[in-house]
Amino acid sequence: MPALSSKKAPQPAATNPAAIRNFCIIAHIDHGKSTLADRMLQITEVVDARNMRDQYLDRMDIERERGITIKSQAVRLPWRSGIDGQEYILNMIDTPGHVDFTYEVSRSLAACEGALLLVDAAQGIEAQTLANLYLAMENNLTIIPVLNKIDLPAAQPDKFAAELAKLIGCEPSDCLRVSGKTGEGVRELLDQIVRDIPPPLGDANKPARALIFDSVYDTYRGVVTYVRVVDGKLSPRDTIQMLSTGVKHEMLEVGVISPEPMASNGLGVGEVGYLITGVKDVRQSRVGDTVTTFNKPAKEPLAGYKDPKPMVFSGLYPIDGDEYPVLRDALEKLQLNDAALVYEPETSAALGFGFRCGFLGLLHMEIVRERLEREFNLSLISTAPNVVYRVTTDDGKELIVTNPSEYPAGKIANVFEPVVRATVLSPSEFIGTIMELCQQRRGVLLGMDYLSEDRVEIRYKLPLAEIVFDFFDQLKSRTRGYASLDYEPTGEEEGDLVKVDILLQGDTVDAFSAIVHREKAYPYGVSMTQKLRELIPRQQFEVPIQAAIGAKIIARENIRAIRKDVLAKCYGGDITRKRKLLEKQKEGKKRMKMVGRVEVPQEAFIAALSTNSEGEKAKAKR
Amino acid sequence: MTLSFYIHIPYCIKRCGYCDFNTYTPAELGQGEVGRSEISSRYMSSVQREILRAAKELQTKQLPQITTIFFGGGTPSLMDPLDIARTIAKIDEIFSLTKDCEITLEANPDTLNEMNVAGFAEAGVNRISLGVQSANQKVLATLDRTHKNSNVQRALELAVQNGIKGRSIDLIYGTPGESVAALEESLDFALSLPIDHVSAYALIVELGTRLARQVASGEIATPDDDEMADKYRIIDERFNQAGFHWYELSNWANSLDARSRHNQVYWNGGDWWGVGPGAHSHLDGKRWWNIKNPISYMNALDNDLTIIAGEETLSESAKSDERIMLGIRLREGIARDELKKIQEEVVARYIASEAVDQSAWDMGRLTLTLKGRLIADRIVRDLVL
Repeated sequence: MPALSSKKAPQPAATNPAAIRNFCIIAHIDHGKSTLADRMLQITEVVDARNMRDQYLDRMDIERERGITIKSQAVRLPWRSGIDGQEYILNMIDTPGHVDFTYEVSRSLAACEGALLLVDAAQGIEAQTLANLYLAMENNLTIIPVLNKIDLPAAQPDKFAAELAKLIGCEPSDCLRVSGKTGEGVRELLDQIVRDIPPPLGDANKPARALIFDSVYDTYRGVVTYVRVVDGKLSPRDTIQMLSTGVKHEMLEVGVISPEPMASNGLGVGEVGYLITGVKDVRQSRVGDTVTTFNKPAKEPLAGYKDPKPMVFSGLYPIDGDEYPVLRDALEKLQLNDAALVYEPETSAALGFGFRCGFLGLLHMEIVRERLEREFNLSLISTAPNVVYRVTTDDGKELIVTNPSEYPAGKIANVFEPVVRATVLSPSEFIGTIMELCQQRRGVLLGMDYLSEDRVEIRYKLPLAEIVFDFFDQLKSRTRGYASLDYEPTGEEEGDLVKVDILLQGDTVDAFSAIVHREKAYPYGVSMTQKLRELIPRQQFEVPIQAAIGAKIIARENIRAIRKDVLAKCYGGDITRKRKLLEKQKEGKKRMKMVGRVEVPQEAFIAALSTNSEGEKAKAKR
Repeated sequence: MTLSFYIHIPYCIKRCGYCDFNTYTPAELGQGEVGRSEISSRYMSSVQREILRAAKELQTKQLPQITTIFFGGGTPSLMDPLDIARTIAKIDEIFSLTKDCEITLEANPDTLNEMNVAGFAEAGVNRISLGVQSANQKVLATLDRTHKNSNVQRALELAVQNGIKGRSIDLIYGTPGESVAALEESLDFALSLPIDHVSAYALIVELGTRLARQVASGEIATPDDDEMADKYRIIDERFNQAGFHWYELSNWANSLDARSRHNQVYWNGGDWWGVGPGAHSHLDGKRWWNIKNPISYMNALDNDLTIIAGEETLSESAKSDERIMLGIRLREGIARDELKKIQEEVVARYIASEAVDQSAWDMGRLTLTLKGRLIADRIVRDLVL
């Protein structure tokens, strides 16, 4: 039996770096990473059959339900090689699977010497996987190509082996074929990891340097920081120091995950584990930062540290205004576990008190919103997401706009918007429709390559604002769900942008203001005013709905005054029924918001702020 | 203390497509083979039984005098005049009627003839309310009504001949396909009749009716609210010109005496006992309603079982909501001093938009203008919040 009982296995802080293999798994959502990880836990016997459960490593409910891994983890797996019979320690570092978390992915990769490129043998590689693969190759990681789900009847291992071979420059026969579900090929995979991935290099005598690749808030323990030791050693009694800030922390515990946390005597060169310091906020223990010891501090931080930068902003408002304090506390708590989430209070004339929140991207935004609603039992309205604009005015001032309502009214010299390099992978039959979509969204074609006979990679430069506005839903619906998308920010560009305001009876409804390209202003104004005319019930008086750029009206609709709102009959038997209806309407009235004198039902705001009905349908399908 | 009786007659010869009242054809009740007079005597004896129950229930106090009786339906004119007479006599015997007790009977024009009109008059009926709905044959067809205009004229002449003093008709406006000309035709006809009172109702598409299904399937167009508003204005103007003035949103009378006293009991929060299946009652801030099925109702009375299907005791806030909801529909409106400060602010807004009468408000009453009458429900919603 190649598996080692944990007692005989090399112990933390006493493991020869030559016996360590650090690797991660690069895979798309649904390509079976968690199931493969489950098999590895079983085959290496760190989890016995009795305690095994599906998707063992995925902690949060939200992750398990959506099949997404948001936070990475590191598991120490002892393994006796089937090739040389020696004992090894495999550290499997889990990576987030989504474009929003590219920076976190890059830090996970930096903690490894090798990566498994895991691809569903029935689906082939997806855009995000490709992006992460390129990232791994840039980090000089050893790549082991693995085709998963070979047990599926629809698997086409030969076709996708050829695709992978072309991408990473190997032979199709180098691709391992496994099934996370049945366990087929998993032992061979573990052996190949030992054989192909180089052991970590580092100097045990130098001052300690450890890379933080993840940082998670735990209700009971405070912040749990995941590190990979590069040089030196971290011990339980050390005082540690963060190199970016110089802040010191007492070490309360150091240990490894196998796959439950186990305190250890420390972590040595090349080892992967966790630190607990009693810190309560993940922002004090930032991904990418370097940990050293206070007594013998390192001078040079490890390369690659970045502050997470929010790319997408949206206003979040409680539907019930009384829940504002609950929302505030909830955001505070979420931030303990999410260094990338930023927020500040905001007041909207239409929506009341809320917060302007900054996110890494759309998925990050959805996850935060969902967690707020689920874990804190909140009902929220969110305004349409927007990107960050840099605006310069004629008098030489410059400002950063994260909310359309802050867009300056005066003379604007230039507006700069973030642009991204987007990669779309798709069956080639959809090239036409994808290009059409990208052109509509102000895209500039950068290039196109065939991955195989019928699969193509299309690269576009696109304004991020266009992606934020239902691009993904459109892409999915136009390609029947086959296309995948990845993007990375590449800077900013000047754009011909204007702010469109929506006015109800002459009052601007701040929640509906949007910064759009000049050519899109008119269609936006027309669709928004029409939508609102449908959604807002008739009032006692006529209500004009206008779309305007500055003082110029570009679209107009009218809600005619209501002329009849009365039931003709009210006799003996009608009275109870009518009063009960009235009581129900009283409840409904609490959900009305006043915009000037106009009563707008909450539902109208929600419906008007959802991107469009097609997008909703596409979402429902997903 | 006074009391009114509402007596429900849950029978029709056929059901009209727009109607959601608690009424049945004899066949629907499995009484298809039973003769009309037998149905009448069987049902009306149950009614008398409930009246006895009412007396028993109220016996702890001194029994009130009865100021109004209203036979509604359904089609009360299908009942045998002798049964109606016995019922009225029973009430008088047990409770005693006031000298000027108003006794109304709803009637379908097709069911009236010399014999029964004389009988009803003899029984004590002094007010008759005819379901006319429209004078236009196309509109009547859409509504499933079968009568001819000549029947209406004849029925009212018979009422005059038999000394029935109060004579009212019901109209329905806004039926899909009803042109303004068709409405005018109905109004011309109505105003040519010997009546002192008229009720005009905007057609309501009630859930569960055949009309609702026809509207849902697109066979019949949805009645349009703006058109309803226009038609209400036409009706109000024509009636005014003819000397009929509104005293409730949907009711016009040509003198104070001609107003329906019975219906005013509902609107003023008075007490009444509703007799018959599905009938609602109100006594001292308590409301209850009877089981709806006529057969179950009759069987329950035969077997000394309860006939009450539900009841509620009104909270103070429910009472105040009801006062506003009902009072605002009346020409007299609501006393200003019944309103709270915050409600006065709402009123001020509606005065500004000319839905509430400024001069009446200044004199201490909240009353609606023509414009306000048309949006009364909205004003109520704003007031009760």
